[in-house]
Amino acid sequence: MTRDLGEHLSLSTGVVVARGETPIFGAGDRIRIRTRSPIGHYRVPIYLRGKRGVVERIIEPIAIDNEQEGYGRNAGGRLHYYRVAIPLNEIWLDYIGSPRDGLHIEVYETWLERM
Amino acid sequence: MGGNRHSHDHDHDQHAEVGDPSPPQYYEIMEAAVRELLIEKKMIQPDEIRRQIEVLDSRTPALGAKIVARAWVDPAFRARLLANGRTACEEFGISFYDDTQLIVLENTDKVHNLIVCTLCSCYPRPVLGLPPDWYKLKPYRARAVIEPRSLLAEFGTIIPEDVEVRVSDSTAMVRYLVLPKRPAGSEKFSEEELAALVTRDAMIGVIPATIPAGSVEQ
Repeated sequence: MTRDLGEHLSLSTGVVVARGETPIFGAGDRIRIRTRSPIGHYRVPIYLRGKRGVVERIIEPIAIDNEQEGYGRNAGGRLHYYRVAIPLNEIWLDYIGSPRDGLHIEVYETWLERM
Repeated sequence: MGGNRHSHDHDHDQHAEVGDPSPPQYYEIMEAAVRELLIEKKMIQPDEIRRQIEVLDSRTPALGAKIVARAWVDPAFRARLLANGRTACEEFGISFYDDTQLIVLENTDKVHNLIVCTLCSCYPRPVLGLPPDWYKLKPYRARAVIEPRSLLAEFGTIIPEDVEVRVSDSTAMVRYLVLPKRPAGSEKFSEEELAALVTRDAMIGVIPATIPAGSVEQ
């Protein structure tokens, strides 16, 4: 991903990308899954809210926000999902197993905050 | 027994009634109401539901096994599969009717992958068909992310301490398929013979792919 000039213009091609087309996180970025509780059904399990992890990869292509779409509130907005890795001993303080064991999950951009 | 039109000797009374004779429950009534409304409003055709059931029924673990066997024998295909599971499966004519993406997770000497859907029953249906019942039940869904090693041990799969356990929780638009390790001793197997070693459970990640005891080895 080219991220020159405020993420909107690639210097090499001059192509201007639309808002949201460029992922704001990259592989290796340290993130936290947000702690919030919108009304209704959405796809971020409660056991992962507030947990810290690392972005493993960007999932292409950009996709609709299922949290909005399910309630007919999405005006075609699309952002990236990210595959995120979270150590199991970050999720469960009494986890039994290797400290390298991990939970991997795809999380929508609106649910991630940079650390 | 009766006349010669009915000479076989089993007892018909032992057949259980096919179907549930009790009155329809809340969700059955709601399903019928919504379906009839959608048809009445011409949002779907009656044949679309029947056709979709046909699509679902055509997907079985044999498809996934073919993909795995090809990946074992063809390094270029394996690379494409790991780079983009969906497009690699589409090479086999496997369509992703549910518009999900597919990430293929490779088991190695250092990493063991396990898939789960803690929220419901997300599953790589385009390549494996319907999930087993235990995959959809809460004990599996909870324990896979809380104590994957003891869960795997109950399937007979002991993961050494120096092997990393990676649990992938499928939740939204990505589905996962485990690419098991090719079993030792299968070096001379044909692609078709290899596919026969790959079971549904191995592609979920609860067991390794193995050569069944007693099978003839080269």
